Amino acid sequence: MEISRHWRLQQQRYGLVGEICPHCSGKIFPPRDVCPNCAGEAKTPYVFSGKGEVFSYTTVYDAPEGYEGNAPYTVALVKLEEGPLVTAQLTDVENGKVAIGTPVEMVTRKLREDGERGMLVYGYKFRPAVAEAN
Amino acid sequence: MRDVYIAGAGLTPAGEHWERSLRELAFYAIEAVAKDAPQPNPEALFVGNMLGGALSHQAHLGALVADFAGLRGIEAVSVEAAGASGGAALRQAYLAVASGSVDTALVVGVEKMTDKVGAGVIAATATAGDSDYESAHGTTPAALAALLMRRYMHTHGVELKHFANFSVNAHLNAKANPNAMFRNTLTVEAFLKAGMVADPVNMFDTAPDCDGAAALLVTAQPGPVRIAASAVATDTLAVHDRADPLSFEAARLSTARAYQQAGVGPEQIQVFELFDAFTIFSALSLEAAGFAERGCGWKLAADNEISIKGRVPVSTFGGLKARGNPGGATGVYQAAEVVLQLRGEAGAGQVANPIYGMSQSLGGAGATAVTHIFERVS
Repeated sequence: MEISRHWRLQQQRYGLVGEICPHCSGKIFPPRDVCPNCAGEAKTPYVFSGKGEVFSYTTVYDAPEGYEGNAPYTVALVKLEEGPLVTAQLTDVENGKVAIGTPVEMVTRKLREDGERGMLVYGYKFRPAVAEAN
Repeated sequence: MRDVYIAGAGLTPAGEHWERSLRELAFYAIEAVAKDAPQPNPEALFVGNMLGGALSHQAHLGALVADFAGLRGIEAVSVEAAGASGGAALRQAYLAVASGSVDTALVVGVEKMTDKVGAGVIAATATAGDSDYESAHGTTPAALAALLMRRYMHTHGVELKHFANFSVNAHLNAKANPNAMFRNTLTVEAFLKAGMVADPVNMFDTAPDCDGAAALLVTAQPGPVRIAASAVATDTLAVHDRADPLSFEAARLSTARAYQQAGVGPEQIQVFELFDAFTIFSALSLEAAGFAERGCGWKLAADNEISIKGRVPVSTFGGLKARGNPGGATGVYQAAEVVLQLRGEAGAGQVANPIYGMSQSLGGAGATAVTHIFERVS
């Protein structure tokens, strides 16, 4: 079931909570407690806006166990407004109908399921930014 | 540190070996190396393996392989660094001999991929990435390669067709290798029409996972092939944590360290067994090793400078693409193939009179890079 493994990540999965470095002000996601820019200690939480743009993307046809039901699905590297890249699925887009540079925003969606009676794992995905789409 | 030599190389066919278990695959490679170097008498055994625990319910391969091969009692451990496991095992053997701790060490790379199929194998290979922040979102090795490839194509203005010759060349070279999984011709047309795995990475862009085992005997006793350099470097595990995802930093660092140790540069390397798990890996590896400028690695394939007679021969036994990619065994195949090139035993795939050859194994999407440079002594 791996409940604790997913529970530990709830702040990141549901709230995109990373860190900000008190020394160089670098914004860090995923959190790692050591700033990747200046190597200083960085444990101050920082909530990311969830806005960014597509840096790269791919549509996955050969999916791993736990994800077959969703294939094909699109995974992207999203460049967050605050700087970091994050790996996440894109949702609410037709597979492949996305481009590098497309503005996106974070939403909460089901990431995977462990069989019919298993746990459902939720977390962040990104969709084309609604304001821009209108 | 003293000089270290390769006393023997043992290669077995890469492919789908339904009738052979993990331990038997390892043993056949040891038998093969014993034919090449009679009375090996190793004092230590280093087993390169990535997925024994995940796919064969078998960890603890040091003791298992030593036991099964009749080497009971010797020092034996397994070494894991994802796709670079075999290269990392060779590195440990090199250190053990160079330090004077042992005089002779045996390296065995072994992987049993086919006891599970499909989505289970993909999930196991995906553990090479960041479990919490990559694979939890459905990434696979092919997906991570695809993210790099798409961005590379966008940044440098190249198309899928410009990568085709990496795979075409690998299949052509595999024809002379009896241990290769695929010895058929691959055409550019077939490459371009192949079904997608994770676009733009297609079925003929990616190397096939398979079973396999290879072995090397490493010794302080002078012989025809010397390990001129051995170097390992790492990068962030996750691609998204890299300041510049289009630079294979671990590969650049480990190659630079290896060049410095061997006292050579890319212009002296006459054969390069690079880690062509995906064509984008080949392009980025050529750039990281100094064979091409940033954004120009693909040109070596497009201009066919990577052929046996070319400026930078790569995948001379078929590479991962056509010889096959047996996970933790791959790095030992790569190193053994360079050794055969330097001994002039590469048959129809022989590069003309090489003195220096280099092998490089990557773990994950380039998070670990293990580089070895070999020198023909006599």
